[in-house]
Amino acid sequence: MTQITVTVNGTSQTHEVEPRQLLVYYLRDKLGLTGTHIGCDTSSCGACTVHMDGMAVKSCSILAVQADGCEITTIEGLAQGDQLHPVQEGFKECHGLQCGFCTPGMIMATVDMLQNNPDPTEEDIRHALEGNICRCTGYHNIVRSVQWAAEKMKTSAKVLDGASVSPSPVYASVNLNQQQQQQL
Amino acid sequence: MSNKYIGQSVKRLEDKRFITGKGRYTDDIKLPGMTYASFVRSPYAHARVNRIDTSAAKDMPGVVAIFTGDDIASAGIVGVPTGWQVNFRNGDTMKEPPHPLLVPTGSTVKHIGDPVAVIIADSREAAFDASEAVEVDWEELPAVVSAYKATQEGAPQVHPDAPGNLAFDWEIGNPIDEVNEAIEQSAHVTTLEFVNQRLVPNAIEPRAYIGHYDEVSDKYTLYTSTQNPHLIRLLMCAFVLGIPEHKVRVLGPDVGGGFGSKIYHYTEEALVTWASKQIRRPIKWTETRSEAFMLDAHGRDHITKAEMGFDAEGNIKALRIKTYANLGAYLSTFAPAVPTYLHGTLLQGLYTTPKIHLDLYGVFTHTVAVDAYRGAGRPEATYLLERMLDLAALEMGKNPVQLRKQNFIPSFDGVEQPGYQTQVALQYDSGNYHGVLDRAVEMLGYDEFRQMQQEANQNGKLLGVGFSTYIEACGIAPSAVVGALGARAGLYESAQVRVQPTGKVSVFTGAHSHGQGHVTTFAQVVADKLGIAMEDIDIIHGDSDAVAFGMGTYGSRSLAVGGSAIVKSIDKVLEKGAKIAAHKLECSVDDLEYAEGKWTVKGTDKSISFGDVALTAYVPHVYPQGLEPGLDFSSFYDPANFTYPFGCHIAIVEVDKETGRVKLKRFIAVDDVGNVINPMIVDGQIHGGLAQGIGQALLEEAIYDENGQLTNGSYMDYAMPRADDLPSFELDRQVTPCPHNPLGVKGAGEAGCIGSTPAVVNAVIDALWSGGHKVKDIRMPLTSERVWRAMQEQNTQILHS
Repeated sequence: MTQITVTVNGTSQTHEVEPRQLLVYYLRDKLGLTGTHIGCDTSSCGACTVHMDGMAVKSCSILAVQADGCEITTIEGLAQGDQLHPVQEGFKECHGLQCGFCTPGMIMATVDMLQNNPDPTEEDIRHALEGNICRCTGYHNIVRSVQWAAEKMKTSAKVLDGASVSPSPVYASVNLNQQQQQQL
Repeated sequence: MSNKYIGQSVKRLEDKRFITGKGRYTDDIKLPGMTYASFVRSPYAHARVNRIDTSAAKDMPGVVAIFTGDDIASAGIVGVPTGWQVNFRNGDTMKEPPHPLLVPTGSTVKHIGDPVAVIIADSREAAFDASEAVEVDWEELPAVVSAYKATQEGAPQVHPDAPGNLAFDWEIGNPIDEVNEAIEQSAHVTTLEFVNQRLVPNAIEPRAYIGHYDEVSDKYTLYTSTQNPHLIRLLMCAFVLGIPEHKVRVLGPDVGGGFGSKIYHYTEEALVTWASKQIRRPIKWTETRSEAFMLDAHGRDHITKAEMGFDAEGNIKALRIKTYANLGAYLSTFAPAVPTYLHGTLLQGLYTTPKIHLDLYGVFTHTVAVDAYRGAGRPEATYLLERMLDLAALEMGKNPVQLRKQNFIPSFDGVEQPGYQTQVALQYDSGNYHGVLDRAVEMLGYDEFRQMQQEANQNGKLLGVGFSTYIEACGIAPSAVVGALGARAGLYESAQVRVQPTGKVSVFTGAHSHGQGHVTTFAQVVADKLGIAMEDIDIIHGDSDAVAFGMGTYGSRSLAVGGSAIVKSIDKVLEKGAKIAAHKLECSVDDLEYAEGKWTVKGTDKSISFGDVALTAYVPHVYPQGLEPGLDFSSFYDPANFTYPFGCHIAIVEVDKETGRVKLKRFIAVDDVGNVINPMIVDGQIHGGLAQGIGQALLEEAIYDENGQLTNGSYMDYAMPRADDLPSFELDRQVTPCPHNPLGVKGAGEAGCIGSTPAVVNAVIDALWSGGHKVKDIRMPLTSERVWRAMQEQNTQILHS
């Protein structure tokens, strides 16, 4: 067993782990952070994507001991309290998820992409997300979700500058109130 | 009734937990004292199990128990059953050999991954380690993987009591003599021999189960990644383990995609349930992705010869088909129904073909079971018809759009005009096939495309367009009909609408959502029918203790059948509510009208709200004499007919002359799924279906080698569409309501997958013909190599290889 200290979603954690334990099992089994999923065993599907020191990594292809001394952000650590990250909002607004299993990885990969390319074309988005497999959506609405989030993040920056713009809705429709969302 | 939510793209209520990592899938659940299972599986497709030595494994650290097939056999457990019976055409019952939970010593394993022992240990790692310490003496035997080869003289036998590896032979349609004659008299016959290749459904969540026996209550709980918890409970209790159903609770928590593969009752479900009683601790098993490839039921896998006869004007006169359908080694839950009742009955398509005959062989092979995968039989039927139509158009020098239109069944609404009786048993409910084709062609711009194609050709590029029009039978299904066809269960759905004393509503449905958004769509229906707010409604599913009964979610049935059951219960709530309202308002029920969540005395401003009536029902101080308190109704809805969604898909591709690489440039889909409750969710269902259908055309195939090894059993080797393989889709919709269910809905889950595949293949063939390569067919998936070879060799018609 090896001792590691990892900061996960802002909290420092120290544990004894087997050297063979993968980071994804450490997060899921030891820390109970089950939002990070395991889809493939071959680092092909991206369902296990988390951020390690700010960069998207597939946590099924990293040993827990390799994360010693690192900062990890999982899907559970992305929102600021009740305030969803714009990428999380985008996936909800544009129906970018169905069964939800690939979604945490897809969101974490998207956040990383938008950090590097805040104004991506559709081609950029499709290329950047080709390491994450979704079997439900055909990616159509994932692309819309990412575009929505990119727009929102730019808008938020403009709001800070004193302007006020909001992304145009893809599905103009009823949006349920806060109370109802809280219920679910 | 109000019109606030139905037809609106209401954002999904279930999303928040998924986007914040709070989804609760079976593998996320950890019970106190939980153990972990790992299986010892066959590395051979066909082998005799001479001896199993577990002695070394038993002493490994953390091992709690090991069971072999002999233990299961001595407990009297025979195996898992199939849910559908198809007879040989001479009337004999199909062959249904047992499918054991673990293969016992002296018997034979029948596909790679077939299990012979299970290790149960304190941790996943300990279980894995110990499973590698089990020694098995295998005697490898010859295997057969092709459905056609399996029927030939001298082929290895999968089951001793199924000679020629036939589970059944079967036919449907007009008498064969009449069809033969019509083919002989045809001015033109288009002939195609092709393979509809084997696919892996590949839900991204691997299957996971937790079995938990509780001594105190003498009850079992099974958590399972299933599409139909009640069906699993029924099959497992009554047909596998022989334990009383009221002592078993089956929960289907969040499920990460199904696409058919999670309908079936798998051996591991029964095994963890049974073994948890033996060890008196909960047992979790989560499959690895390699196991998912080896074990989850595959889809398609037909080898077909089809002949379509036309008269001189291009009218279809006859269709004659011979198909070998691979069923795998064991009959999975729905397997016998897929190539027969979900495929043979759809061979009318959208056309008035007067003579049709299908000659079908259901065949055992040394491969994992083949069962319903998104579309299930209907994609195979559609692929056959639509490839034939485009090929016939090329051969006869006709416009593929016109050729379809001249053969289409005329429009009918199923109300004023009767349903359309096909030559292959079904009666279509309502349809306007010209409408979807015309709209899709308008979106394409047919003449402009042909112009562009010619110009591209002059510039050294190959552009092609492919058409596909489809019909499917969904909303399965009328119990009496499917019973006559061999289903061993009814295919109705149940729903309970429980109005709480405060007027809030809990709805219990037997449908199961694994991505389809039922919690949102069903709440939209309930909110409008009752005229209350969506936030006052909770949709509960996936728990056999909470929900009375259910047949689950598959075959695009949830809204058409499950939604209709909910409407039935709402009608009962409103009928009883009206009696209470009339009593409170001192009027007759006939004087009342219900709208916007209240009963009003017609022509007056006297009214009582839904909430007040609900409270009165539970606090019945001032109450109609003889009326029971409470406001809570259950219903079972058994549909009158299947529903028949239809549509038109058009693909435009560019083929690289040098490499054969196919680039999908545009994809147009105009679908008619009847009335639409949530357009956003329906679009999402279509998008996902399109991706899977396009995946079959261009990328996907499960490849067994001749020894029965699955050569591409991982996500590194099996190509599924990724984001950069697909364009954004161009969608439109036509609405022809279903005439026989209260919502007028038809179902949207499979449509995209059914129509899209032939459109893509047709487009590639069209591109090649435009460049002078008169290729009849290319075997799917259309890889660069296959397309390149087709261009070199002119014709890669794949025979029964």
